[in-house]
Amino acid sequence: MEAIYLDNNATTRCDPAVVEAMLPFFTEHFGNASSIHAFGSQVGKALKKARGQVQALLGAEHDSEIIFTSCGTESDATAILSALRAQPERNTVITTVVEHPAVLTLCDWLEKEGYVVHRLRVDRKGRLDMDEYRSLLNDRVAIVSAMWANNETGTLFPVLEMAAMAAARGIMFHTDAVQAVGKIPIDLKNTKIDMLSLSGHKLHAPKGIGALYLRRGCRFRPLLRGGHQERGRRAGTENSASIVALGKACELASEHMDEENTTVMGLRDRLEKGILSRIGHCFPTGDVSNRLPNTSNIAFEYIEGEAILLLLNRLGIAGSSGSACTSGSLEPSHVMRAMGIPYTAAHGTIRFSLSRYNTDTEVDRVIEVVPGIIAQLRKLSPYWTDDGPAANPEAAFTPTYA
Amino acid sequence: MWEYSDKVREHFFNPRNSGPLKDANGIGDVGSIQCGDALRLMLKVNGQTEVIEDAHFQTFGCGSAIASSSALTEIIKGMTLDQALEVSNQNIADYLDGLPPEKMHCSVMGREALQAAIANYRGEEWSDDHEEGALICKCFAVDAVKIADVVTANHLNTVEEVTFYTKAGGGCTACHEGIEEILAGIKAERAGPGEVSPPLVSPVPAAPAAPVSAPTAAVGTPTPSRLTLVQKIRKIEEVLESVRPMLQRDHGDVELADVQGKTIYVTLKGACSGCMMEVATLGGIQQKMIETLGELVKVLPVSHMPVEA
Repeated sequence: MEAIYLDNNATTRCDPAVVEAMLPFFTEHFGNASSIHAFGSQVGKALKKARGQVQALLGAEHDSEIIFTSCGTESDATAILSALRAQPERNTVITTVVEHPAVLTLCDWLEKEGYVVHRLRVDRKGRLDMDEYRSLLNDRVAIVSAMWANNETGTLFPVLEMAAMAAARGIMFHTDAVQAVGKIPIDLKNTKIDMLSLSGHKLHAPKGIGALYLRRGCRFRPLLRGGHQERGRRAGTENSASIVALGKACELASEHMDEENTTVMGLRDRLEKGILSRIGHCFPTGDVSNRLPNTSNIAFEYIEGEAILLLLNRLGIAGSSGSACTSGSLEPSHVMRAMGIPYTAAHGTIRFSLSRYNTDTEVDRVIEVVPGIIAQLRKLSPYWTDDGPAANPEAAFTPTYA
Repeated sequence: MWEYSDKVREHFFNPRNSGPLKDANGIGDVGSIQCGDALRLMLKVNGQTEVIEDAHFQTFGCGSAIASSSALTEIIKGMTLDQALEVSNQNIADYLDGLPPEKMHCSVMGREALQAAIANYRGEEWSDDHEEGALICKCFAVDAVKIADVVTANHLNTVEEVTFYTKAGGGCTACHEGIEEILAGIKAERAGPGEVSPPLVSPVPAAPAAPVSAPTAAVGTPTPSRLTLVQKIRKIEEVLESVRPMLQRDHGDVELADVQGKTIYVTLKGACSGCMMEVATLGGIQQKMIETLGELVKVLPVSHMPVEA
């Protein structure tokens, strides 16, 4: 039985062409790009090419606007901390409640350090209230950081509009676009976005490489100071093999952009419809009319996500769950709670995220086995009777808090 | 994915005694839907003998919650109620060949369901007496609520003290930032408006008294009686004897190498040697040593013993 990988928002497999492109940089092209000799200059040329490839995918105006980093998290931290350090007279960060921990945890820490953080709330479909956003834009705001696409639901935020609103008030705008880059067309030169984070392993490049787009002219303070790499904006010897890989992956993403929004989207839609039509008491979460083409997040009521994943895994199917059932007060995914999904459903959310490597046959197989798994677990659930939820589930089972 | 034992997987994939139980005469509903774990335990108890003739469960929860429920029903079937009340959460975890630290609460939930179901059969009121917080120390599975309780009850001020009283932070030490935050929060509360806050670093208590199961009882620190070196080594050997069965069950062993002042050097053998839980194991042994000897001692692997000049 072939394994079916539907967890591409977590990470993707490297494209074979990407691996092929990077391999020589472990062997014959091992030089340091900073060196004068031929070993170094070859690498320097390869980095320049890769920078151009990333620039092309993002639609950036200049290739020097691309700063290679180690990952999406580093890009996010660099952007937000830079904005605060470059503008000491501004002490406020605006972000959203559904950001990735790379941003949220950093903001929690900034708050402890004395900064002011506003977290925009979302409605039941994961959408922002733009009036609330507008009301918070003032001269004390150093930066707005909002994700382009949500990693759990795929819901897209109107970052172009938000960036324009921030720019009109002289406020820097950063977007964590690790889920969006490579899946939806992006043309930064025609936006007011100042900074954008991306991560290689989300688009078929290896782990350990990311990039920060920094608009020319945007005031900047480096996170890492040291050598002159990345024009002094990110010191540290370049991860040349991975940078070359990221460049290649970006080139391939441009080539596959249409496929992503036709074929992959078609597979996703068929998978989602297939599951929703065969199983009762489940629903898709997020803004289904405005989301990434590859992501479907479905809440299965009255059962818990990890149990679903374990049963899927036994059949060779890999998905993911927003529910991290661990000790104590851990709630289900902050994204589900922010949207007000009830606990009995929020714990049972499963994310299927596809890529251009998925096939029709795989989708058929998943549609075929998921109903059995859900039924099997519901049979164990105290909220479930023979063939449906207990007449009044909340009242039928009211455990003593333990 | 969690590192589940084969036994956990087996009980999750093929749960025993699941689903409603007709003629149940003792039912315990426990858990928290908020935390994503809830369990209904149904018992059929013989009115004459008080023997549990059948036990079923329904569980909303993760793999280990379902496996723990399944294990629990298997363990208690055939027991009398009094015997069943002796079943601890550790028994459930052991039955499943162990649970990851993040999942130990699943076994706790099983035990609580059992207490609740028996209380229900006996017509008693059962109330949960513990509150669980976010997991702070993963090596020893200690949560925030427990740390806060012990810090408050014993007026602790440093991470080191917290480790002596709860073990939290005694393993890999990655959670020290979290413990410091709890300490800072309680210190701020303690100080209150207009009060003088105690100094940040207070002298380490002469002897931490803390049996981990009853931290609040540990306010007074017993005065350690002076032991001769021979008495001390005997006690050390006793402690090592007491932990040996536990280590041997995991195909490991421990031996005393040397005692130098307040430092006890031991040799970990078999599977314990080089195990990633070595630090946690030594931390656990150290805690026992401290409790038994009534003084602060360090337990280190023999590799840390200073080489004689």
